[in-house]
Amino acid sequence: MEPTTTSKNGVSLSAVPLGEWVQIRTLTGGQQYLSRLASLGFTPGAKLKVIQNYGRGPIIVALRDTRVALGRGEASNILVDRLESATHGH
Amino acid sequence: MATNSPSLPELRNRAAEVLNGKVTLTVALAGQPNVGKSTVFNLLTGLSQHVGNWPGKTVEQKTGTYRHNGTTIHLVDLPGTYSLTANSAEEVIARDYIIQQRPDVVVVLVNAASLERNLYLVAEILPLPTKVVVGLNMVDVAAHEGMNVEPQVLEAALGVPVVPMVASKNRGVHQLVQTVDRLAQGDLPYQPSIPEIRDDHRQVLDEIHRLVADCVPEPYPSDWIALKLLEGDKEITELMREQCLPADRWDQVHEILMAHEDAVLAVASGRYDWVGRMIRAAVTRPRAGQITLTERLDRWATHPLWGLLILAAILGIVFWLTFAIGTPLQEMLDVYVVGTLASVASNGLVAAPAWLQSLVVDGAIGGAGTVITFLPILVIFFAVLALLEDMGYMARAAYVMDRFMHLMGLHGKSFMPLFLGFGCNVPAVMGSRIIDSRRARLLTILLAPLVPCAARMTVIVFITPIFFGRAATFVAWGLIAATLAVLATVGVLINKWVLKGERAAFIMELPLYHRPNLRTIGIQVWQNSTEFLKKAGSLILVMSIVIWALSALPTGDIQTSYLASLGKSLAPLGALMGLNWEMMVALLSSIVAKENSIATLGILFGGAEGGGLEASLAGVLTPAAALAFLVVQMLFIPCVATVAAVRQETKSWGWTAFSVGLLLVLSLAGGIVTYQLVSAL
Repeated sequence: MEPTTTSKNGVSLSAVPLGEWVQIRTLTGGQQYLSRLASLGFTPGAKLKVIQNYGRGPIIVALRDTRVALGRGEASNILVDRLESATHGH
Repeated sequence: MATNSPSLPELRNRAAEVLNGKVTLTVALAGQPNVGKSTVFNLLTGLSQHVGNWPGKTVEQKTGTYRHNGTTIHLVDLPGTYSLTANSAEEVIARDYIIQQRPDVVVVLVNAASLERNLYLVAEILPLPTKVVVGLNMVDVAAHEGMNVEPQVLEAALGVPVVPMVASKNRGVHQLVQTVDRLAQGDLPYQPSIPEIRDDHRQVLDEIHRLVADCVPEPYPSDWIALKLLEGDKEITELMREQCLPADRWDQVHEILMAHEDAVLAVASGRYDWVGRMIRAAVTRPRAGQITLTERLDRWATHPLWGLLILAAILGIVFWLTFAIGTPLQEMLDVYVVGTLASVASNGLVAAPAWLQSLVVDGAIGGAGTVITFLPILVIFFAVLALLEDMGYMARAAYVMDRFMHLMGLHGKSFMPLFLGFGCNVPAVMGSRIIDSRRARLLTILLAPLVPCAARMTVIVFITPIFFGRAATFVAWGLIAATLAVLATVGVLINKWVLKGERAAFIMELPLYHRPNLRTIGIQVWQNSTEFLKKAGSLILVMSIVIWALSALPTGDIQTSYLASLGKSLAPLGALMGLNWEMMVALLSSIVAKENSIATLGILFGGAEGGGLEASLAGVLTPAAALAFLVVQMLFIPCVATVAAVRQETKSWGWTAFSVGLLLVLSLAGGIVTYQLVSAL
């Protein structure tokens, strides 16, 4: 089962269903890891769309005009806020 | 710190050009992965490029020259990186080159279809002491994706020249060179807009800058050093702590850094704020929200079930190509080229002593033959790898296989190279280049020789029917499964005990699909093949002659040769596996090429071919010993071609020795355990 972290509407990215737009709230990890995430577009406030999430295995998101695959473990350490509609992208 | 001083002949050439009144420019080509960098580099330099290594690193360095209106441009291809923070060797190489070698112009290539993320690298390069031209590549793809990028507006916003291009169709490349030339001559305005840190961290940055400014070594810009310290850049932190700052000053800096460990995100966000301003100015999306080709294809290609089936189909085609084209070609080369060479040499050497004849025909031509007959399969595999990579499919294969590769501490990216190992281990080792994490690449190289290659399958197919009758197929599949199980176990163990350290996180860009560029693929296949021939080829030749010498000296008869004495001295070890000295010699000879063990046994058992050899084998071996022999054969020391490839790719004799030693221990242990267990049953 996916641990659905819900602190003040925040939820872990790995629990976001396919097709939904979210905004990154916090990223956790060491400095090197955070800098790698940032270089691929993951920073607090960035908006992204989950384009694949089958409940196990890696997920795919679209952000900053690219698509990025990330492992489930990596995704579960990214806390996001859900955005209401799909019009938030750009 | 890596220095990259030009070679003496290069300096001489440049001096000559300056004296002749010609202009020479050094231009570095930078860019994130998947921006078409190699296409541009290949277009400009063609086959004139030089492939080497960055000094002191195992990262490939490509340089080349291009002449334009009397200007000679030395083009240096920097490694593709997402940023310039010291997260990997590639990133350190790229920034060290720009800061220390001071190229006249840095061309940063960006993909117009992923402009937002791509401009992040531009945001990192602009503050460096160099002149930048932005090559806005793939504007056609961007238009197709519903994005309209206005180059003039982007140019005005960035304050540096922007050249729209479609490199795959050779559009805009000439304009790029012209712009580089004019910028270098000072004919173009250059006032870059530099990204700034977010307000909440500006004060901290200023404070660090004040503390380090008078200690920053040449040629680093001091504000850049302050920013990298705040970002927690490992290399710069070490440089300042160990070599530059007095201890008390470092303590002050360190205290500030500890209190702002999250600053890395503030710095990155500052860059993306800047990028956002550029994007808002220059990009419109008249057709946003449409479903693109990539999206449609990915619904299938990355689906947990369909994705696997598509991958399986592609792999099936690769195997079919290998057997339908590669194997017949290999046989033709063997008969017509190697065979002809051998008979010409024999005829030419009729008057020569027998040993010389044997040295040339069996040793040198035999060794060279191994190299030549390798080529068709290598070329097929290199072409498939390059094609799938260029089309953008490789990342999808990695994605669907990631779940399974995870078990060995590897990522999906290691799957394709390892898979190629079923044909031949050499492309598996060389294919590991597509893996970006150094650690995962090394682990893949160490595991590749454990993939049962076609040559080893030949030996299995020959020997199993002799001893296991109807169960032969079952035994053969069992051996392959067992070898793969050993591979997985070794992967888990090496991952845990040898290559310790943090497993790199699985984050990977899935590039847009695009039509493959045959020129890019062709050049890559050409480079990989010639490199293999040059480097591995000579090593294979030398090793083949050494093994030939061992099998021919001192009497010219293998029965009484040094190789036989070596085999006999290994008899006690063989006894543990139920193997006599002839079998040990057969194993030793398989080091040249795996299928050699059968030929050697043929010679040792009186040159009897076919039924004769099968009968004699059945006479001297028990089924338990035969099984042990096959287990050793499957896991034994890689063939010389693979060893040469391992050495070439790891650039380390230490890791090459580790690989050989690991397989030696594994195979002997496997053989002994198999024999003792099966005999006891």
